[in-house]
Amino acid sequence: MSDNLIEVRNLKQYFNAGKSTEVRAIDDISFTIKRGETFGLVGESGCGKSTTGRTIIRLYDATAGQVLYNGVDVHAPKSKKENHELNRKMQMIFQDPYASLNPRMKVLDIIAEGLDIHGLVKGKTERKQRVIDLLETVGLNREHAERYPHEFSGGQRQRIGIARALAVDPEFIIADEPISALDVSIQAQVVNLLKELQEEKGLTYLFIAHDLSMVKYISDRIGVMYFGKLVEMAPADELYRNPMHAYTKSLLSAIPLPDPIYERSRVRHPYNPKDHQYGPDEKVEFHEIAPEHFVLCSEKELAEMQATRV
Amino acid sequence: MTKVLEVKDLELSFHTFAGEVKAIRGVNFDLHKGETLAVVGESGSGKSVTTKSIMRLLPKSSAEYKNGQILFEGKDLTKIPEKDMQKIRGKDISMIFQDPMTSLNPTMTIGRQIMEPILKHQKLNKSQARKQTIELLNLVGIPNAENRYKMYPHQFSGGQRQRIVIAIALACNPKVLIADEPTTALDVTIQAQILELMKDIQKKTDTSIIFITHDLGVVANVADRVAVMYGGRIVEIGTVDEIFYNPQHPYTWGLLSSMPSMDLEDQKLYAIPGTPPDLLNPPKGDAFALRSEYAMKIDMERQPPFFKVSDTHYAATWLLHPQAPQVEPPALIIERMKTFKGSRYYVDQTGGTV
Repeated sequence: MSDNLIEVRNLKQYFNAGKSTEVRAIDDISFTIKRGETFGLVGESGCGKSTTGRTIIRLYDATAGQVLYNGVDVHAPKSKKENHELNRKMQMIFQDPYASLNPRMKVLDIIAEGLDIHGLVKGKTERKQRVIDLLETVGLNREHAERYPHEFSGGQRQRIGIARALAVDPEFIIADEPISALDVSIQAQVVNLLKELQEEKGLTYLFIAHDLSMVKYISDRIGVMYFGKLVEMAPADELYRNPMHAYTKSLLSAIPLPDPIYERSRVRHPYNPKDHQYGPDEKVEFHEIAPEHFVLCSEKELAEMQATRV
Repeated sequence: MTKVLEVKDLELSFHTFAGEVKAIRGVNFDLHKGETLAVVGESGSGKSVTTKSIMRLLPKSSAEYKNGQILFEGKDLTKIPEKDMQKIRGKDISMIFQDPMTSLNPTMTIGRQIMEPILKHQKLNKSQARKQTIELLNLVGIPNAENRYKMYPHQFSGGQRQRIVIAIALACNPKVLIADEPTTALDVTIQAQILELMKDIQKKTDTSIIFITHDLGVVANVADRVAVMYGGRIVEIGTVDEIFYNPQHPYTWGLLSSMPSMDLEDQKLYAIPGTPPDLLNPPKGDAFALRSEYAMKIDMERQPPFFKVSDTHYAATWLLHPQAPQVEPPALIIERMKTFKGSRYYVDQTGGTV
């Protein structure tokens, strides 16, 4: 078994491929996620970060490239049983807590659906007990099991989504903006919860978000996406200390911090892709600027960046 | 400073099958002209209900104003007939909702949606209204307004939709603009643009803004004053600097500590333990006492009144009572207080404690 739980190789996801409306949602990205680590993926809406998550878990079939889970190609044809097994190991927490819960099902049944499909519990009492345990893990209580999704606030619904993902004891969780809809104090609870669960069960996360302060906090390594491409990838601290790509810098400068004095002097650096001024024969590639720190740039930019890097 | 809006002892309940939910339990605040008052607090603290009660958008069948007044231009908004309220709503007081995906009508062109309040509240004909709509679209930064005017919401991105929602809210030059988590659904770069837009418009029109959010970074960016809500009451209110650098209420301490700071190393985030109070049976004393490590015996028995910290800063916690023991706030908060003149932890730049 290798160190890498997830290996994404030259993944491409084009919608309406070949037509005039072609959208290159993911345009040739590669990265790996190590066992037990949290890989953060950030970028603005429409940059392809959610699509990446969804393609990894095979909600979309990839246009080209591979996703290897434990060395197994997720997108290759498989028997029903193999698929079933893979589905249990990979779970997803969705972005929109309003759309991701069936309004006609009780919370009990929503959370237990995975348990039923994978035959993880025997009998009604065990099923209910397991659901109640899960509800309590995510900060809800037992009375909530008998209610319907519309009776919950957005934050509570998201916690139901997390409980549902945890229900089948997965190894790898793709969390697609799991905390954007939650309150600060609840965000901290959920992030701590995700961290605790990671330590306890050795979970691996792909954490997709636009809240960079939380991403930095939870992630070991971070990838920054812009228009379907990974523009920068580095260990979390390194990325915040030494952002190299102009887009990463612009993203970092846009975060408001809970510090009014700092906020009064914060200057935002908007990003304009035209600033790069690549020549027609310049090759824009992923270069390793420092150990583990990769930047999408041309040879010329690389030389400049290396000169300015501290 | 002139007061635009005064909320006095507001109490509001919802009648549900389970009983009476006391969603707002005595809220007091003033809104001054041209200022931004941020209201922070977790879900269920009553911040959205407070603003919706100002707009009278709560269902009549279940919501009941129990007590108090909302004074706007000499009128009590809790008492006036619906017909009068309709003349204020969308004109003098307007609102920006959280989710730009659901707050626009998908079957109407955005032009018609922006024109709606203009035609309703101003004596303009259609072509004049159309001209004003295009001006508004330009104001909120929608390029090519003449053509995009005829488009439907789904043809716009999330950030643009929120700009359109802002245009609708601004259509009649409101005196009070209520923004209920206007940037929560947007990502950071778009959020930054929307916040800059709102500040810019405020400078031009001198509108007063009530800004509801749970993102303290956003609060630090936009607010002049901050009201912290918990369990249906305001527990602390003050200028943005007072709340961020000299917080007094344990709940404010908890909120500020639970934000990850950018230079934070791998330590656990502070999470306020427990869950918000059940407002079906609100606690007798300080609603936060059950989750607070600083709670004293009296917190369980009697609701703390507002104690004055400065002319602009009030906090409802027994810790400020002269007889209360001096407690140490969390280390992170002490760090913040060190930078604030007037705080008991203030450290002068030269090093000595004052």
